[in-house]
Amino acid sequence: MGFFLETFLGGLMTGLLYALIGLGFVLIFKASGVFNFAQGAMVLVAALAMARFSGWATEALGSMVLGNVLAFLMSVAFMIAVAIVIERLVLRHLVNQELTTLLMATLGITYVLDGLGQMVFGSSVYTIDVGMPKEPLFLFEGVFEGGMLINPDDLIAAGVAATLVATLALLFQYTKVGRALRAVADDHQAAQSVGIPLGRIWVVVWAVAGIVALVAGIVWGSKLGVQFSLSTVALRALPVVILGGLTSVPGAIIGGLIIGVGEKVSEVYLGPFVGGGIEVWFAYVLALVFLLFRPEGLFGEKHIDRV
Amino acid sequence: MFYRENGQFKASYVEDQRIFKVQQDRVAIIAIVAIAALLVPMLASDYLLRALLIPFLILSLAAIGLNILVGYCGQISLGTGAFMAVGAYAAWNLGVRVPETPLLLQILAGGACATAIGVLFGIPSLRLRGLYLAVSTLAAQFFLDWAFLRIPALTNYSTSGSVSVGSLSFFGLPVESAAQKYLFCLGFVVVFAVIAKNLVRSGTGRQWMAIRDMDIAAGVIGIRPAYAKLTAFAVSSFIVGVAGALWGFVHLGAWEPLAFGLDRSFQLLFMIIIGGLGSIAGSFFGAAFIVLLPIVLTNVPELFGLPLSVDTAAHLEHVVFGALIVIFLIAEPHGLARLWSIGREKLRLWPFPY
Repeated sequence: MGFFLETFLGGLMTGLLYALIGLGFVLIFKASGVFNFAQGAMVLVAALAMARFSGWATEALGSMVLGNVLAFLMSVAFMIAVAIVIERLVLRHLVNQELTTLLMATLGITYVLDGLGQMVFGSSVYTIDVGMPKEPLFLFEGVFEGGMLINPDDLIAAGVAATLVATLALLFQYTKVGRALRAVADDHQAAQSVGIPLGRIWVVVWAVAGIVALVAGIVWGSKLGVQFSLSTVALRALPVVILGGLTSVPGAIIGGLIIGVGEKVSEVYLGPFVGGGIEVWFAYVLALVFLLFRPEGLFGEKHIDRV
Repeated sequence: MFYRENGQFKASYVEDQRIFKVQQDRVAIIAIVAIAALLVPMLASDYLLRALLIPFLILSLAAIGLNILVGYCGQISLGTGAFMAVGAYAAWNLGVRVPETPLLLQILAGGACATAIGVLFGIPSLRLRGLYLAVSTLAAQFFLDWAFLRIPALTNYSTSGSVSVGSLSFFGLPVESAAQKYLFCLGFVVVFAVIAKNLVRSGTGRQWMAIRDMDIAAGVIGIRPAYAKLTAFAVSSFIVGVAGALWGFVHLGAWEPLAFGLDRSFQLLFMIIIGGLGSIAGSFFGAAFIVLLPIVLTNVPELFGLPLSVDTAAHLEHVVFGALIVIFLIAEPHGLARLWSIGREKLRLWPFPY
């Protein structure tokens, strides 16, 4: 029982981390209808930037806390710059193109970001140390034998994810920019005709997605180290948003939790019978099964067809 | 001046329904096939054949298969690599388990297995569309990658799914030297290109295009979406499976599941986007572009005498590749095939455009 709960809780934590990446997908899809394959590359670039900046800043300032804060601000500025460049060079020229074209364009951006990021910041493995506690905690030692093992950095990550989601929900619901975002998502042309600047809104969305990527990059990077494989984590997070629905922020969270738990539990209890390593595809197949019953994901907007 | 259709009247239905309606086109295509079949194997070096032409041919075949699904029927697929793997492993399994099977039968059986798997993973397309479908085909990619790596029965208990084929022969003729392999692939490509071209202008092909343009409207006028989508999956997977079997047997000789990974799927998708969605000729253009690009990219810096470390060169290649794709999408979203057709329209009026 203790072991099952431990697996379950571990799954929930991983799920929140997936949700953190999934959020980036949802944000951009909601606001521009673009499915951003480059989210993974953005996570990688953001994490690389943070790792290198924090290295320099800590050395220059001599204090880890100050250095990390400065590095974080620099990375935020960097991601905003990336968003502006992407809008200027790519998106602006692809207004009114088909969905597949935009999808391919983000695949192209992925290659550019992957290559450029590693050229500028170096391609060896870096660490991000933002001072997260590493010692595992034992909970409920009185209730079960041996208690439950929990990593405090997972808890912090979960807290960060929850805060981020709440902030984004508020931003979307109650600010002027948020309202403009929703308008753009609803109908590009109509939004433009009432005077919402499409270009600026896209920059905002990509910048926000970049900052989400930065947070995800810091959390994942401090767990796994910053390296190229971080870029592929996004592929693991893809079924999360599909399951939750591409247009729903809470969907990303709930999808993340379902996938995280499903993945861990199936790996532990089902994996040994079929040769292990089923984590790679389990999330996808789970999402697929869900989709067969709810083609728009759990919380996605229902698609209405008109001829 | 020479590319004129003046005076070429279509006097019968047969003439009206030809693939190449202009005589110059017919001459050109016959010349191209003749050069490819006779001159190239005599003149090209082994390196050119093995490193460029054979991959180009096989990948164009796979691109044709994918183009039927994505370009003609509008169902995005990110699992092409996996269907290639199914073709390759199925053909290999047949060869190992029934040693007397002729090569042609093995490869076609690979295609048939890929068809079965393709239709199976195509079933979600009846409910899903667009990105949701793309992700469900990614499920096929990841699941099949894993299956060939971890289910030993599928790879005859070889370690980590790496298998190899012995010497090949085609009805008694050896398929050993680069030129023989090249001709073997060329035969497949020509036959399947003709089949595909004819299929897409048949009733079935028209149904696919109707589904692509608007599936609800297509349903209203009496096209069965399930039939149209699943036939597209079936035909596409068959061709992709054959291409996969060729890739494994003829090009690689020995392979492991990684050879048909997600990168391969993306690469093929790039090919048809750059070449032109919904165009058989575009599949060839796209394949040529993607096969040549890395070679050009690695050789150009050397040409200018720029010393680049291997690391930087690899990253730079990534950057240029991505940038080129973006530039391409901005400049010509309909791909090289559109450029080609614009060029041909211009040529028809040259030198007296009105």
